[in-house]
Amino acid sequence: MSEIEHYLAPDHLDEALKAMADGDVTVLCGGTDLALQTESGQRKYANTLINIRRIDSLSQIDAEDGKIRIGTLITVTDIKENQVINELAPVLVEAADQFASDQIRNVSSLGGNICNASPAGDMIIPLLVLDADVELACWQDGGVQTRLVALNEFFTAPGKTVKRDHELLTAIIFDKPAADSVARFRKSGPRPALEISTVSVGIGGNLDNGIFNNVRVALGAVAPTPLRARHVEAALEGKSLDAENIKAAVASAGEDATPIDDVRGSAWYRDHLVRVFIEEVLNDFLEQRN
Amino acid sequence: MTSLNKEINFKLNGRPVSVTVPVTMKTLSMLRDVFDLTGTKYACGEGECGACTIRLDGMTINSCLMYAVDCDGRELVTIEGLKTGKALHPMQKAFVDHGAIQCGFCMPGMIMQADYLAENNPGLSREEIQRGLEGNVCRCTGYTKVLDAVIAVVESGE
Repeated sequence: MSEIEHYLAPDHLDEALKAMADGDVTVLCGGTDLALQTESGQRKYANTLINIRRIDSLSQIDAEDGKIRIGTLITVTDIKENQVINELAPVLVEAADQFASDQIRNVSSLGGNICNASPAGDMIIPLLVLDADVELACWQDGGVQTRLVALNEFFTAPGKTVKRDHELLTAIIFDKPAADSVARFRKSGPRPALEISTVSVGIGGNLDNGIFNNVRVALGAVAPTPLRARHVEAALEGKSLDAENIKAAVASAGEDATPIDDVRGSAWYRDHLVRVFIEEVLNDFLEQRN
Repeated sequence: MTSLNKEINFKLNGRPVSVTVPVTMKTLSMLRDVFDLTGTKYACGEGECGACTIRLDGMTINSCLMYAVDCDGRELVTIEGLKTGKALHPMQKAFVDHGAIQCGFCMPGMIMQADYLAENNPGLSREEIQRGLEGNVCRCTGYTKVLDAVIAVVESGE
């Protein structure tokens, strides 16, 4: 099973990226997904196991120049407790609060939740609502090279992303939400704790005098990847948030969500839940306003 | 099956230890099979039940999912490290006093998590304790007496 020939736990990013240069590497961070996937045989270890948790430069949260930058090692508990995030991006805290259990939150990293690329990844939905980019770094031409990829273009299939094997996701970056921004996250499962979402919905945007702009609707567990619901967004963009437009948005959800039947729920049920959640969140925005 | 080993050094229940472990070994196996600290239990092995809860640098974690090599340079506390001398830890005593324990298998993890909650959140409400214990499953007690025990500790301020 284990064919690991090297184990590394570097303190600095450049050491990690150099060791990853040949791409034959398994990245260990919190390990909560990696442990399960390797033990079940779903995933095999590469030649090098690299533990990135000692790289301090990847565990910062910064808010500068209108951007918020979250290092990849930031745990879900860090998100829950961080003051900047609580003030500026409470939708992330809302999702963090419904994420697994304390014991998992205390080790699960934001970067790991994204790279695991589960269609149901709970932290991905609010980040799509925040229109986040991910920073990918690699060692090339004798130095650290980085590129930014929009999170909504990051996922290609369940467990698959555009990140190359020699690249490391180093940070998540998004614009500081404006003062009139609203955003909510909803997920569903038989119980709140430790539940892989049957369906999750995030909606955000700017609500100015009842007009909804920059609308972002993200859906989890209703397609092979987490996705932006472009039809729902179009039904709301630039419109006043009222009962009629909410109804139209709900009606268009079927064009975005393509759920399947599985152990956590039937396609029919998921399709229904998505509509209920979209309606509930939009109604919440309406009530907040009144 | 080849297996790469790595020497790690860390603090275990207050004492510095040094051990060589396979790099894929989980902390739970290390505690139970290498250190013979069998208080920490293996139940689901998937991070769902919390029976393997320990403290790592003060935070509770599921030791079944934690790579042992990642303990290097850190500080672990298991259920065996809670009590001082022969006296039970206040949380352990509260669980006994309130009859919160039936078969007992989930209790080491439950007590570790309850102690973490009480330490980090003085003045916890019953509902907050319920939420805080979401990651710990008990199949006997129905949780009522568990909550009574934790509330008693929170209210006593110990």
